[in-house]
This record gives sequence, C-alpha cells and structure tokens, in this order.
Amino acid sequence: MIKKILKACCVVAISLLLVGCSGEQQEGAAADGLIGQLIVTGSSTIAPLAGEIAKRFEQEHPGTRIDVQSGGSSRGIADVRRGTADIGMVSRQLNPDEIDLVAYPIARDGVAVILHRDNPLQALSEDQIVAIYTGSVTRWSEIGGADAPITVVNKAEGRSTLELFLSHFKLRNEDIRPSVIIGDNQQGIRTVAADPNAIGYVSIGTAAFEVTRGTPIKALPMDAVEATLESVRNGSFPLSRPLHLVTLPEAGAGAGAARAESAALIQAFIEYAASSQVDDLTEAQYFVPLAH
Amino acid sequence: MSPSRTETSLLWLLRALAAIAGAITLLIVVFLLVEAWPALRSPGFTHFLSDEAWFPSSSTPQFNIAPMVAGTVAATLGAMLLATPLGIAAALFCRFYAPPALASGFRRLLELLAGIPSVVYGFWGLVVLTPLIRQWAPPGQSLLAAVLILSLMILPTIALLSETALRSIPRSYLQGAAALGLSRWRTISGVALPAARCGIASAIMLAAGRAIGETMAVLMVAGNIVQVPDSIFAPVRTLTANIALELGYAMGGHRAALFVSGLMLLVLIVVLVTLSDWIMREEIHG
Repeated sequence: MIKKILKACCVVAISLLLVGCSGEQQEGAAADGLIGQLIVTGSSTIAPLAGEIAKRFEQEHPGTRIDVQSGGSSRGIADVRRGTADIGMVSRQLNPDEIDLVAYPIARDGVAVILHRDNPLQALSEDQIVAIYTGSVTRWSEIGGADAPITVVNKAEGRSTLELFLSHFKLRNEDIRPSVIIGDNQQGIRTVAADPNAIGYVSIGTAAFEVTRGTPIKALPMDAVEATLESVRNGSFPLSRPLHLVTLPEAGAGAGAARAESAALIQAFIEYAASSQVDDLTEAQYFVPLAH
Repeated sequence: MSPSRTETSLLWLLRALAAIAGAITLLIVVFLLVEAWPALRSPGFTHFLSDEAWFPSSSTPQFNIAPMVAGTVAATLGAMLLATPLGIAAALFCRFYAPPALASGFRRLLELLAGIPSVVYGFWGLVVLTPLIRQWAPPGQSLLAAVLILSLMILPTIALLSETALRSIPRSYLQGAAALGLSRWRTISGVALPAARCGIASAIMLAAGRAIGETMAVLMVAGNIVQVPDSIFAPVRTLTANIALELGYAMGGHRAALFVSGLMLLVLIVVLVTLSDWIMREEIHG
C-alpha cells in the first residue's frame, strides 16, 4: 500500500519536473505563411502592452515567436539601428536625428492631474503644479484654495506615469516632496478620493473611467485643454505622448528570401499592434487606443 | 507486508518530504542571493546603508534601504505592543471569564477576524482609518495607520494561539489552585500564565512574523515615503511595500536592489527566529 503511494508520489513529482522543463515549441507550419522570430526591444512603458499583443499575435499565427524585452526608448532605437532588434519601442516623438527610422504609432499615453471633487480650484497652471510638487507651496490657501495643507501624492519609482509627469514638468524625482507615494492608478484614485486636500496624477484612461463612475475626483485641464480620452487621442492634451514602434525603413527591402520573410512578419506585427483588434489590450494597460 | 516494512517506507516518505521542504527554503535563499548579487557587487552593500536616499532608477542612483528597515521594525514593534496585551486579554477572557456560550461565539469572531484577507483590511484602512487620522495630523497615511491595521491583523493570531496554550494547561494545575482557595486573578497570574508562557511566547513570535511580512494592507495605509519616521504621524515605507510597489517596473540595477530589500527582510526574520529561540531556551532553563 505504502509502496503504491510512494510510486504515485514519484510519478507526480517526475511529471511535474517534466512539465517544467518542456518548453512550448510550436513547429506547426503557419497557414498564412507567417513564420519566424521577431525581437522587440525598447521603452519599458510599452513593453507590457507589446508583450500582451505579442502573446495574442503568436496565438493567431502559430509558428511565429515575438520576443519582447524592455530597456528604455533609447535602447529600442539603438538596437534597431544596430540590427540586434527588428522593432524598437519608443514612448515619445522621434528626435530630429532619428529620422533614419520609421515610427508607427500604436497608442497614446496621457496623464491627468487629479484633485478631490470638493476642491474649489478648477485649474492649476504648470508653474503651480511644479511649485506644489517641489514643496514651495504647501497649503492650498497660498494659491487661492481652502486653508488646508496639500497632500502631495506621487508615484512609485519606475512607473511610466511618473516618467511622463517628470519629463513634462522637467523635474527630477529627487526634487519632489511627496506626502504619500502610491503604486498603481487605482490606489492613486482611492487616495485622492478619500482626501479633499490631495493632489495626484494618474493615467487619463483610469481617471475618465472613475469620473463616469461617480468617484469624487476631478481631472484638471492643462493649458485650457480638457483631460479627456479624445484630447489625448488627437494629441492636443499637453501631458500626453505617443507610443511608437520603430523599424528601419529598408526593413525587407534587402535581398534574400529570409529577409523578405522577416519583413512580412515585421509589417504584419506592426499592423496588428496598431489595429482595433488590440484595443482591449491597450485599454487594459490604461493607454488610449488610436482612432481607427 | 510486515509492519516494519510499512514503517521503513513511511520513514523514507517523511524524510523525502522533509528534504523537499528544506530544499525549497534553501533554494529561495539562493535565488534571492543570485538575484541580489549584481547590486551587492556594484554599487556594493555599504551603499544600501550609507547612501543619502532611495532613488534606484535615477541617473545618479541612490540605494539607502535603512529607512525602510526602520519603517518595518517600527511598524512591527508598534503592532506587537498594541496587539499583545489585547490578544492575551482576549484569550484570558475567553478561557476564564466568559460563559461557555459567549466564549465560543467570541472564538468564532476571532477566527473570522483572522480570515479576512489583508487587502480588505488595507481598503478599510484607506477609506475609514486614514481620513480619521488626517483630521488630527495630515496626510493620515502614516506609521500610526500601519500600526493600527497591523495590530488588528495580528490580534486574532495572538488571541487564538494564546487561548489554545491556556486551554492545554493540565487540569490538575487549576484544580490545585482552586483547592488552595486562590482567587481567579491569582490563579491566572500565578498558575495559568506561567504554565502557558511558552505557547504564548510562540504566539507572539508568529504574529510578529506575520506583521513583518504583511504587504498589501501596509502598502495601502502607510504612505510609503522613504524616511526614518520622526513621529507616529509620519508616513513610512516598509521593505515589503517597497518590493510590491516597484518590482513590477524595475529593471537591471533597480531590480537587483529590490532583491536586496528582500534579503534584508529575510535577515529580519532570521533575527526574530533566533531571538524567539533564545527567549524560549531562557524560559525553559530559567
């Protein structure tokens, strides 16, 4: 009896090991002719989204493998130029010295500065926001609000919203004097909704969703542009940025069947990433899908 | 099959299972060390204690985790100071003062309290507790909030385990005390508590372990500012909250630095276990 149990245990243990070791290798020939491997590197903002898109793309095109690695927009550009990556992820406009590459927008990212709904202030200038976040203004009364201390809500290190916020206001994280640091957008919304004296910033996707649900927050306009999904989508909202995939313009123009094959795959993946088929993935990462 | 053979196979089964449990623990330690190694080599461990602040992904990265160690220790100690007397009092009430029906109902309540997921405590803390504290001392998300939430979470652990320890005192001890005509309080302070002290001490240690390791609830109410708290109203960040906040978006040196916070957490637990072992030994020999 015991022996049987022992045997069963061994079988379970060994099969667990085997499952752990066997990689999922898909060798099936693709019906649509798309096969091969792509390497995508770059912005850590886009990487999670690109990873999700890649997963779905691989499912729809067995025989392809999309390898997504993050490391910053500059790495994406450098890798594509050097040829170590097929596609780069760049979470900004291309600089003038980068026009040797072609950029394809796949989504936009926007950050809204939020206040509690009961805060009497309806808008803040960029200078006021910088003053609040760097600690030179610490009470709302100093800028025409209620006589109460400001609860400055900042994001944890590494978040893309933090990165966009800092780069837009030309701040360093070291300069910020936060009262509270939060992790994800939801926690930011909850913190501001629970504190009438708080100021924070979250992805516009999240903020818009919560406002329609009646959460007591309001998203501030920036430079008189309302913080809406539409203003992010058409690029008029200042605190927003495009999310790009970039490639070499001659990708595929080179000779050789293998080259042409990978070019077809690159084009197919970029078109897929910019299509409405991945809008749900884009929204799940709190980005704004493009108008299709 | 002879009984002795059954015995042998059982023995080997148990040995194998024990070996697996041990190996997993060792593997976790090895994994932590391997992942933290790049940060321990460069910038080097001293940076984690001597840098000015914690800005791991800035262009001039700084890696001071000492304030987070302080935050973890302060939150844990505070919670234990609050929850230990309350927990023991609850256990004593349940065992010696409450009528049986009330005692069993009380136990059920404590079990329920122990079963509430930590994120629920955190959410409650964020929407109810921190606004209350904010009325005294903004921003409300603070060491005090973390201490209160943690106390609430470890209270049932201390109470239930202490109650079990009190329940397992040999009946003859209590009968002896009754025969001597001791009052109920004298019985408790002179007989019951000394007899159950080992069980109660391990209950406290177990609760401390839970408080050190708690992440979600603390993350939601503690404010997460990396600083050595100068008052109980100051926001703090614990080591666990640090990992949970930043790991999802960390790369390279930043990621390795987070594994160093994991390693520090492990060191804290080792210190706690050693301390409790030492206390127990003193108790037995003393």
